[in-house]
Amino acid sequence: MNIIITISITAFLVLYAGLFKANKALLPLTIVGLLTALGFTFCAWGANTVHFGMIQTDNFALAFSSVCIIGTLLIFLLTQNYFHAKSDNIAEYYTLILFALAGMIMMVSYKNMAMLFVGLEIMSVSLYILAGIRKKDFASNEASLKYFLMGAFSTGFLLFGITLIYGATGSFDLDKIQEYLVANNQTHTVSPLVYPGIILMMIGLCFKVGAAPFHFWTPDVYEGAPTLITTFMSTVVKTAGFAAFLRLFAGSLGSEHQFWVMPLMVIVCLTLFIGNVTALFQKNFKRMLAYSSISHAGYLLFSLIVLSQYSNNNVLVYASAYTFASIIAFAVLILVKQKTGSDSFESFNGLAKKNPLVALSLTVAMLSLAGIPLTAGFIGKYLMFLNVMQEYQTILVAFAILNALVGFYYYFKVIVAMYFKDGAETELSAPIQYKVVLVISVIVTILLGVYPAVILNLI
Amino acid sequence: MEQLLLLIFLPLAGAVISAFAGKSAKLISTVFAVASLVLALFLAINFIPDASTQFQVNLPWIQDLGISFHAGIDGISMLTVLLTNILVPIIILSSYNHDYKNPAAFYALILFMQTGLLLVFTAMDAFLFYIGWEAALIPIYFICAVWGGKDRIRINMKFFIYTIAGSLFMLMGIIYLYLQNPAHNFNIEAFYALNLDSVQQGWVFWAFFIAFAIKMPIFPFHTWQPDTYTAAPTQGTMLLSGIMLKMGIYGVIRWLLPIVPHGVQDWSCLAMVLSIIGVVYASLIAFTQKDAKRLVAYSSIAHVGLIAAGIFALNQQGLQGAMIQMLSHGINVVGLFFVLDIIFSRVKTNKIEELGGIAKVAPQLAITFLIIVLGTVALPGTNGFIGEFLLLLGVYQYGIWAAAIAGLTIIFGAVYMLRTYQNVMLGKTNELTITFTDIKGTEKLVLYTICALIIVLGVYPKPLLHLTEASVQHLLEQVNHKLTTVN
Repeated sequence: MNIIITISITAFLVLYAGLFKANKALLPLTIVGLLTALGFTFCAWGANTVHFGMIQTDNFALAFSSVCIIGTLLIFLLTQNYFHAKSDNIAEYYTLILFALAGMIMMVSYKNMAMLFVGLEIMSVSLYILAGIRKKDFASNEASLKYFLMGAFSTGFLLFGITLIYGATGSFDLDKIQEYLVANNQTHTVSPLVYPGIILMMIGLCFKVGAAPFHFWTPDVYEGAPTLITTFMSTVVKTAGFAAFLRLFAGSLGSEHQFWVMPLMVIVCLTLFIGNVTALFQKNFKRMLAYSSISHAGYLLFSLIVLSQYSNNNVLVYASAYTFASIIAFAVLILVKQKTGSDSFESFNGLAKKNPLVALSLTVAMLSLAGIPLTAGFIGKYLMFLNVMQEYQTILVAFAILNALVGFYYYFKVIVAMYFKDGAETELSAPIQYKVVLVISVIVTILLGVYPAVILNLI
Repeated sequence: MEQLLLLIFLPLAGAVISAFAGKSAKLISTVFAVASLVLALFLAINFIPDASTQFQVNLPWIQDLGISFHAGIDGISMLTVLLTNILVPIIILSSYNHDYKNPAAFYALILFMQTGLLLVFTAMDAFLFYIGWEAALIPIYFICAVWGGKDRIRINMKFFIYTIAGSLFMLMGIIYLYLQNPAHNFNIEAFYALNLDSVQQGWVFWAFFIAFAIKMPIFPFHTWQPDTYTAAPTQGTMLLSGIMLKMGIYGVIRWLLPIVPHGVQDWSCLAMVLSIIGVVYASLIAFTQKDAKRLVAYSSIAHVGLIAAGIFALNQQGLQGAMIQMLSHGINVVGLFFVLDIIFSRVKTNKIEELGGIAKVAPQLAITFLIIVLGTVALPGTNGFIGEFLLLLGVYQYGIWAAAIAGLTIIFGAVYMLRTYQNVMLGKTNELTITFTDIKGTEKLVLYTICALIIVLGVYPKPLLHLTEASVQHLLEQVNHKLTTVN
């Protein structure tokens, strides 16, 4: 609870600091606030408390909160001069990101479906504005509008679902819903309202995490939004979305697994296929990352196909691996775009000569996203494959392997451009904050790849 | 146990240091490679040639997933470890007449790859084996793609996707075995003890076999190989042909045979046919090659085909022959590629018809090249003979026709290798080769070492045979025991 409060207070303080034009104080203030929130997360570790029947801070919530907060911290470190160049009202950026983060903390720790809705809306509304914050830019406006319309739609689906389930079970509380389902499952007296409810909620959440066939907004929004906001959306927001998904489906709706696993399987296969194959044909690095984020959503959903005691932890590992690697990728993209003005693959040509550190970091990130051993991404993929192999879903794994092969191809395209192609001979220098973010993320990626035991049994 | 850890991680340490060494990376990497060789020889001397696994290391790594850092050396591993550690210094020395751009990265990648290879050859934990398998692939991809020749990007992407496709299916097989294992770990002994029925064994066989077949490569999984060998820098080609393809052979011997003997038995006929097709097919294509490097690449497919045939014959002679031939082929092929590299660095071509008469101007090169060629065509008294002889003996026991067709490789090999030698070294010196200078410095060192190995191992192969004999026998007993008791 105090995590949410801390983040909200920080958001307000930042807003006021902006009012008094204290632009230099914004970043330190935010970082202090986030570090405090992170400190609260660590202090609360192990204690499973329920606040007002609405929020449950168990280890699941705390672990995902930490990932979200750390991800946001890294993204804030990347803001140096990024917003200043784009707008005068930079305090709004900070505030909105912080509010979105507060919403996400609710999404990962809700115990009541009303809270899920509130958290999701706090996050989404902030993101609608953030996507369109470059108000004179056409693409940014388009992104914002698309995101808003699609987002509103999906929220509608989610609300319908919540209502139907409430109608069947008489409660918004996750535990009560679970009790109802478990009790009536054996006697086959589950209300028929539950099933459309589950499907509608699944659709709503798939919209939010960008799983096919509800992914159409993703590429355009990711491409149109300012890159830093895209980073935020495709890493932290996605992680929170999956945590929310998991909390509901692996938790309280787990007993109806038999019913929803088939539609989910279809969604997973579509997501993998569409994400990977479309990413293959992209000429624009940012758009490629958008499609690759769709394909990663597919792998993440693997954990829901076979529910086991490890499902939650598998998602945590995969999401952290994906978050760190993506942050590297987007950070490098920002640097390259500032230098060359373009985010096509060609603008990465010869990066290895211009700045070996940046090129090496991006290589590690790409290897991790592709799932090469000794990086965190491999452990994530391995856990997902292991999870579904437990029920011998060999065809699904074989399908995922074929998709992973496609993934290798487009991730390596960047590596090829950086190392094997010659670009214009201009130096590319990275500011110190960027270097810090890159080095931290690379170290975490390799550490999790070499010694994943540190986070394997967290939740 | 410390020795083995040192053996595995010494090259990695060398890689890290070389990466920051700038121009002196060449020297530093040589020092580390030679130190590894000394260490490997030390282990070989202290190795007791029985069937046991020695110098074992078993450290907990990712306990929650049943993964441990479990490695050890038995006779089969010892041979491949020796092969790796002998060839890496040779390969590094062979690069002395090149000035690669960004040498620090180049030598760091070679040493990094050495650690991956050693992991593969010593791992007793399937997960560790897989990690080593991939850890060897990434550096060689970069070596070939950064320092390679024409069209290297496309060719290496093909190579990379090919091999990683195989290895991902192998990973699936490993996960399957892990889930079948009641102890839920990746221990090789536990995998040996698994009780799979023949249908399960068939699936696991294919999951592993494709990975190994791509690596070796066995027909029809070989299409990546000639292009990759030709486009890679010489050191990359040496690493690929000298050591890396042995990963596939080693994998078959270590993992495929004892874990799924029924699968091997059910499919060995097909594997044998594919291997033999590879032998004949690659030999015939080698005939028509105009580029000497491509010719050697195809001859390598033929040799590996024979090794695979010897393994799938599933008898003592075949397996022993495969072990010896792994080492011999590694040494010979590295020698061949080095000679071609020397020729290329002098006259900028490897086209057979453009060359000729080099023997007159470079007698030392001619002699050493001749010895290597004779080793490759398995002349008695060279290292190639003993291996191919045992292999053919093994295949003969499997089936006389198989041996008859596979035996063609010796005749074919003699024809195309000697013809190449004749065209390149003998005949009239032309204007291209008239200015050819003889070998000197490290070139001499490398070629003399290789020739010495060829002759010594050819005349006195007993220590090597002795080294692997007990382990191979033990392995066969294991396989036969499983074949007779299970199902």
